[in-house]
Amino acid sequence: MNNEKTIPTRYTESPPLGDLGGMSIFASLIKTLDSTNKTNTKVDALAQYFRIASDEDKVWTIAILSHRRPPRPVNTTLLREWASELANIPLWLFEESYHIVGDLAETIALIIPRADSNSEKSLTQYLKELIWLKKQDDAVKKEYLYENWSTLNYYERFVFSKLITGSFRIGVSQKLMTRALSKATQIDEDELAYKLMGDWDPKTVSFHDLVIEEDASQQYSRPYPFFLAYAIEEDASELGEVTDFLAEHKWDGIRSQTIFRNGEIFIWSRGEELVTDKYPELHILKDHIPDGTVIDGELLPFYDGQIGTFNDLQTRIGRKTVSKKMLKDVPVIIKAYDILEWEGKDLRETAFAKRREVLESLYSNITDKGLPIGISETMEFKSWETMAEERGRSREMRSEGLMIKRKDSPYRVGRKKGDWWKWKVDPLTIDAVLTYAMRGHGRRSNLFTDYTFGLWNDDNTELVTFAKAYSGLTDAEFRKVDAWIKKNTLDRFGPVRSVTPHHVFEIAFEGIALSKRHKSGIATRFPRILRWRQDKKIAEANSLSDLKAMIPSNAPEGQVEKEPLPPTKK
Amino acid sequence: MKQPLLEFTDKGIYCPPAKVYLDPWKPVDKALITHGHADHSRWGHKKYITHESNVPIISHRLGDINVSGVRFRESVNINNVKFTFHPAGHIPGSSQIRVEHKDEVWVFTGDYKTEIDGVSEPYEPVKCDTFITECTFGLPAFKWTPQAEVMYDINTWWAQNKAEGKCSILFAYSLGKAQRLLKHLDPSIGKIMTHGAIENMTEVLRPMLDMPATELITRDTKKEDFRGSIVLAPPSAHGSTWIRKMVPYVTASASGWMTFRGARRRRAIDKGFVMSDHCDWPALLESIEATGAEKVICTHGYTDIFSKYLRSIGYDARTEETQYEGETIVPLDPPEGEDDKSTSQKDAPIKNIVG
Repeated sequence: MNNEKTIPTRYTESPPLGDLGGMSIFASLIKTLDSTNKTNTKVDALAQYFRIASDEDKVWTIAILSHRRPPRPVNTTLLREWASELANIPLWLFEESYHIVGDLAETIALIIPRADSNSEKSLTQYLKELIWLKKQDDAVKKEYLYENWSTLNYYERFVFSKLITGSFRIGVSQKLMTRALSKATQIDEDELAYKLMGDWDPKTVSFHDLVIEEDASQQYSRPYPFFLAYAIEEDASELGEVTDFLAEHKWDGIRSQTIFRNGEIFIWSRGEELVTDKYPELHILKDHIPDGTVIDGELLPFYDGQIGTFNDLQTRIGRKTVSKKMLKDVPVIIKAYDILEWEGKDLRETAFAKRREVLESLYSNITDKGLPIGISETMEFKSWETMAEERGRSREMRSEGLMIKRKDSPYRVGRKKGDWWKWKVDPLTIDAVLTYAMRGHGRRSNLFTDYTFGLWNDDNTELVTFAKAYSGLTDAEFRKVDAWIKKNTLDRFGPVRSVTPHHVFEIAFEGIALSKRHKSGIATRFPRILRWRQDKKIAEANSLSDLKAMIPSNAPEGQVEKEPLPPTKK
Repeated sequence: MKQPLLEFTDKGIYCPPAKVYLDPWKPVDKALITHGHADHSRWGHKKYITHESNVPIISHRLGDINVSGVRFRESVNINNVKFTFHPAGHIPGSSQIRVEHKDEVWVFTGDYKTEIDGVSEPYEPVKCDTFITECTFGLPAFKWTPQAEVMYDINTWWAQNKAEGKCSILFAYSLGKAQRLLKHLDPSIGKIMTHGAIENMTEVLRPMLDMPATELITRDTKKEDFRGSIVLAPPSAHGSTWIRKMVPYVTASASGWMTFRGARRRRAIDKGFVMSDHCDWPALLESIEATGAEKVICTHGYTDIFSKYLRSIGYDARTEETQYEGETIVPLDPPEGEDDKSTSQKDAPIKNIVG
């Protein structure tokens, strides 16, 4: 054919990273992490980064990848306005693009005209500037953003915007980051995981103090890494001798670690959030439990002599300050599972059965049984069958199933197979109709994967929304449903599409309770899609009364009425 | 009200005075075809009229059909309606169809791009009153990097994989993208090997295009031959047993959808190169402006958003439903044995796929 132009297609080695600024090296790391699905490649890339980056930048990288980002300096409304202004497009078009791209920072990086320069500044420098920026007025903020947006290249601009907008969800878990750091520093992974726990500030701590050698006296509020259980998928009896294990109920609250040191109390959630101030009713415990004690337990709502629902507890999770009414309506206790430190000594290498003896003796010495602490009773079984019977009583006990812990197990770091197992009750299920859909985020951007489901009302005339679910289908199924949604949209409400009621899905959930905060009057716990019932017509879907019939007869009425929803975490 | 020159019917785009269809999706008597992709040139029409370069392509795909070829800008008069084909720059042979009847001119783009790719006849803006445009990538988030830079990245990627003793597998449509990539791969790096579907289509195009030599992968191809080579394969080969003997390998895809980090990540491929045979956002706006059209009809892609934007800057723009593939992202990873109905048709009806 004609009119061919000669197009150069030469190739050369890429420039060595050492010549670039810290931000460029970080952006290049993010690009590498982004472009692979292989864990080993990610670990290698991160380890290589930890070998070449400056100490300051390393500390910030660890902070960012363990959710210790400085507060957002510019709100997202302004970010959207300014980015669309700079890109010379109307705001509505920016919003539409954002719904499709699925990530604010990525949208900003994509719509702004391209620039090719590499930044010479360090990552630390940018973070210092962002901390400074928070206190500036809007005109200064805008000028600062414009300058950086229009000069940074695509990946740097994306990373820069990501530092402003939110957490880095790039398929790098804290565990993976710790493994890479261990590879780069030759320090044991579990030891590093412990060093990186708790309250440290990337603005002030040095890499040496954080990772290499630490000042222990500074660290008395620091929690131990949580030991997490694997789920039993097949037959529990395959775990071995039943007498090697202790079982207990798996309580449905917030897993926590409570530290008693230096006359103070620190309560940590499993997400490494310090939540001491959210549970003032627990502070009294420091007058009854000696210094040098660390307790692993579940925070549970407890009133009228019994455990409340997770739905009630949820009303307290998002709150920084707690009203008197809430303290009265949803008082919280600690149900203790384990003891990790006693008399200032780390007990984690001691066998679980021994630790339980220490815990039980501690508990029996507490004479005032009105204090907000209980103990999660352990049970011994003679056979797996009798254990299974106990598991069958879980809903009655208001637990999610059983925890099975090897008697001689140490308290390990993170999720490790072998010693601790969770044996959850089978979920409840119901057939519901797909009614609304939204595009997903991250790897599901631009695909309709976030669904709302309805059940029939009493006279089968209307579908009442009862749950949202985002997970449970295979990628191939999601693609099919996505294609169907795009062709069967009835109406659009911003990013939400209502679709022709046509598809029935079996929805599984863990728990169920009456709720005045939900339109359907019922709250389900952790709803997800179990399977796509292509064999069923919508008339065959279940009704709201079918769902109500699943509520256990001894279930408590939700304690909290008409409380606004806590801010949802993304 | 006067009858429009082109109507959107359940069979396809229809021209009432000429009684012919453009790229129809149901069997008709006479079809004018923009290009050889399966969603535009479908099976079952009694008569096909298309640009001469498309004749061997469509015949290869659809077998024994009644097809006649015309040159660019050559008039085809049917019942006093004048039809001409003009380069669309999308893939080799791809054309826009200009329709003129009594002082009125409409242009239907099929699929198009304005960047010169070295294998397709470069896009040419055609003045018209009504412009029927695709907008597959009609969002401001889509802006392509110049081809030379992307090809530099692809060749560099290949060279690096070769240095690590690996095979590079690059997924691309058998028609269009595969030849575009092949044209600009640097044969001094190593051997370029092909899947049967791509080899067959490339054979069809070789008389028209000067492209580097390729080696067809067969049952007898030795494992060692893959080391350091690049393999061009259709997207459907991803996850198939066919690629197992290429281990150790790394995979990549070249598509406009690779713009999105999420799209890259969920496809379980190692590398995504942003390269498209469609217009990006600025190119769509520039080419619409260049036609001088007042009326714009958007057929596939982000039609609602794109036409709303066009109205906001003063065009009389609307959307029409068609069966051209717009919003679907070509899936690259259908699980084995899965009957994936959402799979793009673009690669489906190719004969003689070598397993």
